[in-house]
Amino acid sequence: MSAPFLLLWPLTVLTVSYLRTYPLPPLSFEVPDGACLAVEGPSGSGKTRLLRALADLDEADGQVFLDGAERREMPAPDWRRMVRYCSAEPAWWTDTPRSAFPSTPRDEQKLTHLLQRLGLEPDVLDRPIAVLSTGERQRLGLARALISAPRVALLDEPTAALDQGNAALVEELIRYLLLSGTSVLISSHDTALTGRLASTRLQLARSSQPALDPHQVSA
Amino acid sequence: MTYVPLSLSDLAIASVLLIISGGLSIGFRLGLEKTIAISAARMAIQLGLVAIILKFVFEVGSPLWTALIAILMLAAATYEITSRQDRKFHGWQAFALGAGPPFVAGLLGTMIAAMAVINGDPWYAPRYILPILGMLLGNALSGVSLVLDTVTESATRDRAAIEGRLALGATRYEAFGDALRRGVKTGLMPILASMASAGIVALPGMMTGQILAGINPVDAAKYQVMILLLVAGATGIAVFGAGVGAVWLLTDDRHRLRLDRLVSPPLK
Repeated sequence: MSAPFLLLWPLTVLTVSYLRTYPLPPLSFEVPDGACLAVEGPSGSGKTRLLRALADLDEADGQVFLDGAERREMPAPDWRRMVRYCSAEPAWWTDTPRSAFPSTPRDEQKLTHLLQRLGLEPDVLDRPIAVLSTGERQRLGLARALISAPRVALLDEPTAALDQGNAALVEELIRYLLLSGTSVLISSHDTALTGRLASTRLQLARSSQPALDPHQVSA
Repeated sequence: MTYVPLSLSDLAIASVLLIISGGLSIGFRLGLEKTIAISAARMAIQLGLVAIILKFVFEVGSPLWTALIAILMLAAATYEITSRQDRKFHGWQAFALGAGPPFVAGLLGTMIAAMAVINGDPWYAPRYILPILGMLLGNALSGVSLVLDTVTESATRDRAAIEGRLALGATRYEAFGDALRRGVKTGLMPILASMASAGIVALPGMMTGQILAGINPVDAAKYQVMILLLVAGATGIAVFGAGVGAVWLLTDDRHRLRLDRLVSPPLK
C-alpha cells in the first residue's frame, strides 16, 4: 500500500514558480534532488541575477520552494544556509582564507578532504589572500560555499578562472555533490562542461522568451 | 570671581597677529589674505550675533525661547550631518539618521547635566542648558558624520564581501560587523582623543574660559570633567545609534544589501 504513496511523494527539492528577475519573463522550473540544471545564455542575459534571486540576495517577485517551504517562510540566513550562492569571483574579508572556514577538528578533516578534491594543499589556508592566484581564490570560494553541505548549490561560472586540469577537478566535485543528493544549478560559458553535468538546460536569451527544455539531454 | 571685560580696542590689538599673517600672504603672493579676512570677519559677526541672541534669551529666561533655540541648534546639526555625507540616504531616512542620534544625545546629556548635576534655579535656565547642549551637539555631530560616512563608504566599497557573507548565511549585522566596528571606532576617535589629551596638549576651551573669567582652576576642572564625561557618553550613544541605524537602512528584513537606498548608488 505504501508503494504508490511513495511514488507520489515529491522528490523535488527546489521548485521555482513565476520568479521574476530582470530582464527575464517570469520563470517556473523544478530541480529534483541530485539533479543539475545548467543556466545558459549570453553575457547580460540575467544568469547571475537569477541565481542571486534564488538565494534571496536580490528582491524578486514569485515563489521559490525548498521541500515545500517557501523562502519567505524562514529567516533569509536560514534559507541561504540551504540554498547557497557561490560567486564567480568570491570576495574575501580576512587576511588569510582560514578564518572563513569552520574550525572544529571534524570540520578540519572535512576541509582538508575537500581541498584535496580541488587540488589545493592545506597550507593554502594560511597564505595571505593577496598572494593567491585567481584560480586558487575561485577554488577556495567553492570550498567555502560547499563545506557546510548546502541542499542546493548555485554555482556562478565555477570554472571561469581555472585551467583545464583544475576545471576537471571541479567537475568531479560537482559530480560527487550530485551523487550525494545536492542539487546544483550551474551557470557557465563552458557548454561542454554543462553538457556533461546537466540533465536539464535553461536557456536564457536576451529579449526573447527563455526556453526551458526539461528533457533535453545534451549529446 | 573677577574678570576683565574686553573693549573693542582690545579686540583690535588681538587681531595684530592675524593682520601680519595676511600681510605675509600678500608679500609671498599666497592669495590667502582674502580668505583670512573673510573668515575672521565672519567669525566675529557670527559670535556677536549669537551673543546678542543669547543675551536676550538669558534675560527672558522662558522655557519656550530656550526650547526654540535648542530646536534651531538641533536643526543646524542635522543639516551639517546630512550635507557632509558623500553617499546620502533618501529623504526621511537621511533626516532620521541626521536628527535622531544627536537629538537623543543632546536630550539625555542636557537632562542629566541640568537636572542632576548643576541643579540650577530653575533647572531649565537657558544659561545652563544652551551651552551644554551646544557642546553635546557639536561632538555628536562630528561623531555621527564620521560613522555614517564610514559605514556607507564600506557598504559601497566592500559590497562583494558583505554580500559574500550574506550568501554564506550571515545576518545583516554579522555581515556588516567589520564595517560597523570600523565606523563606531572612527566616530568615537575625536572625543576619545580629546579626553586623552585634555590638559596635556592644551586646556579645553571651556576650562580656559572659566579660568580667564576668574574661576578657581579646580572648580573649572570639575566642570570640564563633567562636560567631557557627558559629551563622551552622549556621543557614544549617538555614534552607535547612527551606525546601527545606517546598517538597518542599508539592508532589508530579508538580510539583503540595499545600496539602492543611497542617493546615486554606484553603477552595478
